[in-house]
Amino acid sequence: MLGKLTLEAIPLHQPIPLIAGAVVAAVVLGVVAWIVLAGHLPYLWREWITSVDHKRVGVMYCLLALVMLIRGFSDAILMRSQHVFAYKAAGYLPPEHYDQIFSAHGVIIIFFGAMPFMIGLMNFAVPLQLGVRDVAFPTLNSVSFWLTASGALLVNASLIVGEFARTGWWPAPPLSEITYSPGVGVDYYLWAIQISGVGTLMTGINFVTTILKMRAPGMSYLRMPMFCWTALAASLLIVAAFPILTATLAMLSLDRYLGFHFFTDSHGGNSMMFMNLFWAWGHPEVYILALPAYGVFSEVISTFSGKPLFAYRSMVLATMSICLLSFTVWLHHFFTMGPGGDVNGVFAITSMIIAVPTGVKIFDWLFTMYGGRVRLTSAMLWSLGFMVTFVVGGATGVLLAIPPADFVLHNSMFLVAHFHNVMVSAVLFAAFAGYTYWFPKAFGFRLDEGWGKAAFWFGITGFVIVFGAFYWLGLLGMTRRMQHYDVADWRPWILVSAFGVVVMVAGVACTLIQLVVSIRRREELRDVTGDPWDGRSLEWATASPPPVFNFAALPEVHGEEAYWAIKSRAREQLRLREEPDYAPIEMPLNSATGFICAFFATLIGFAMIWYIWWLAAAGLVGAFLTFVVFAWRDKVEYEIPASEVARINRANRATRLEALQGVGQRRAA
Amino acid sequence: MSSTASPGSVTAGSITALRGDPHHLGHSRDGHGESRATGRGIGGPAPKRIVVAYGFWIFILSDIVMFASFFAAYAVLQGGIADGPTGPEIFDLTNTALETGLLLLSSFACGMASLALGARRMLYFQVAMAVTFLLGAGFVALEVMEFADLVGRGLVPSRSAFLSSFFTLVGCHGLHVTIGLLWLLTMMAQVLTKGFRPDIVRRTLCFALFWHALDIVWVGVFSIVYLMGSIT
Repeated sequence: MLGKLTLEAIPLHQPIPLIAGAVVAAVVLGVVAWIVLAGHLPYLWREWITSVDHKRVGVMYCLLALVMLIRGFSDAILMRSQHVFAYKAAGYLPPEHYDQIFSAHGVIIIFFGAMPFMIGLMNFAVPLQLGVRDVAFPTLNSVSFWLTASGALLVNASLIVGEFARTGWWPAPPLSEITYSPGVGVDYYLWAIQISGVGTLMTGINFVTTILKMRAPGMSYLRMPMFCWTALAASLLIVAAFPILTATLAMLSLDRYLGFHFFTDSHGGNSMMFMNLFWAWGHPEVYILALPAYGVFSEVISTFSGKPLFAYRSMVLATMSICLLSFTVWLHHFFTMGPGGDVNGVFAITSMIIAVPTGVKIFDWLFTMYGGRVRLTSAMLWSLGFMVTFVVGGATGVLLAIPPADFVLHNSMFLVAHFHNVMVSAVLFAAFAGYTYWFPKAFGFRLDEGWGKAAFWFGITGFVIVFGAFYWLGLLGMTRRMQHYDVADWRPWILVSAFGVVVMVAGVACTLIQLVVSIRRREELRDVTGDPWDGRSLEWATASPPPVFNFAALPEVHGEEAYWAIKSRAREQLRLREEPDYAPIEMPLNSATGFICAFFATLIGFAMIWYIWWLAAAGLVGAFLTFVVFAWRDKVEYEIPASEVARINRANRATRLEALQGVGQRRAA
Repeated sequence: MSSTASPGSVTAGSITALRGDPHHLGHSRDGHGESRATGRGIGGPAPKRIVVAYGFWIFILSDIVMFASFFAAYAVLQGGIADGPTGPEIFDLTNTALETGLLLLSSFACGMASLALGARRMLYFQVAMAVTFLLGAGFVALEVMEFADLVGRGLVPSRSAFLSSFFTLVGCHGLHVTIGLLWLLTMMAQVLTKGFRPDIVRRTLCFALFWHALDIVWVGVFSIVYLMGSIT
């Protein structure tokens, strides 16, 4: 009846996962109870859970990502503290638990922290920057988000029910095959990633279509803001790469569930094929994360330098080159696994070539700042910190791209330092830069700058200490994924890295305090005009937070930096644009499809993990029926009357006019 | 700059042509699904029928990437026969030819259904879709029989890597066809109960795209798996 699921699955004899699981469960249940008891549930259901508004979906993505980043970071704290105690000792985490922690750390940070954050920012900003009302498929967008949330839920459920994979964030066979990993850990991994992967694929399709087919009148390709270009490149990569992951994980599932021999290394199976297929997705995945991050930095640096992006077209070209080249370097993830010198040579060269467009970008950002009036806000600090630290990470990457060097450094802490160096400084710094930059647009008030700057300085200091120590540990010969060690030379650097984590904890605390402080001081931090940073692209042309329809009339675009042109004209003439002719606007209705679909997807995933076949079948039927019910709707849109559109737009015009008159008075004085 | 665009640059003729569309696909004032646009930056967002079809094309491309991965796995593992049989020993080309015939004919019937859809002829549409269903179901039945026969002879996927990849690649296509059949029935019911409403027409055209794409994948399957597999 319940497959493999018994009471044994709950780790009653292991205090650490039990306590951690209990705390997480208590927090989740507490939040849910508070929401229900305080009567917030109808509001939450109406305005957020069933919302298909790209801005709401984007905010929910970012919120999920923030929570999961903290969850992944707590795994990092466990690993660093384990190493403090594990010198010539066993430490406090037994090996099988330690293995689960480093696996969960990678999976959660990559799939449920970094990706949802970048996708969340894309969701929020891209339709606004393109000057349109929503993405191409709003309900599908909501389905995507809830499927991602479903995957995150499954990974976290493994904390309490059963176990997580001990195979690392990429489950390399034959270790991940049923013979060597007979537990449910790898199955948790497989189903969580498959379910959230479907959501990600749908996001990619949605954004390719949105960016290529839905733009404001006059917004030709080379007038799109840089972030839209990078979102397009990342979405194209999702469409081309995620199906490979889906297929690969399906093959591993067939091996595990039905005794197939794709990767078993017996009966003709070939585990190296897993390496090739996985990294054919895995390296594009790096750029699925990094490209939107570059887009965020482009927006932030241009805005806070008060200048258009330097050599915009070279940046577009660099972005699209990376998009293509990212499919030509996968083999550098396993130089040492026997491809041979000639093959290694080819992939070494492609891996070095891909650094070139990235270098172009760095120079473009530097020259954007050159001669500009740079404002050192916290978003700008994150961008500057990125440029400095990312160059180091990129340089060690080029070093690792040289096969002889890679033979020495592979699987060492040097490698761990390298990919954390690039991923943290690109993706995480971009996440915080984008979060600070677009927060006022989403909520109508800015984040507190003081706490933001404190978060930046603690964050980057801790980051440099931790991964600086890791580089050195790697050069001292420490390999990755060690549960304990007995080399005296490593000891001081391990303590240094643990100290770095403490500094990073302070950074995380500052981020959380910043949010609380900003909410409490929201009246002082209010953004009344909708353009708090003197922005240049169309998202700043509408109110903060934007009305559900984004723009009362779709903006007409006549050049690059659409909003800057509108604003400059307004400042010259000291008056706003002509008021548009207001017409009623039709917007898509809310839909519970996403939430219900994810509910059934979670059931299917959980049932498959525990071999509860009837439940999986029931889940499939439920998911199909959900789609049929959705397809049978007669009313799909609602109309916002012209008078309401006019009222909302006039309110924003009034505050903008006031700000403009302020400019006029200052000029007169 | 590539163009100095404005809605005015859409020619009057093309607007009339769209306005003349009796079914008003994608027309809903200025809002979601605004028309008059090429989708290339002139005139604003493309009409909904273009957006939907375009998005579905992108999905089909992604699906083909997934099939490509299974094809690659098959190519790698083709020689991994362990103690099991090779391809030529188990392939029945007559059965494959029958399957191919059924699927290609079903694609033709599906094309007829699309024509009937364009002409808004309910009876022709339902008949063509029913024929598509029967031919598709015949294809799935033949494939199930082929698989059952192999399994009956002890040639199960766990026997060798070759058989694993064979069953997965061909089975993945068969699963797609089965899902297509389910979708087909849903669309027949939708058109029957709701008529040729624009959103349902768009959805049915997406189904047709899906069905033809499965045909193309099958061409790959029978060439690479069955035909090339039979040459020794």
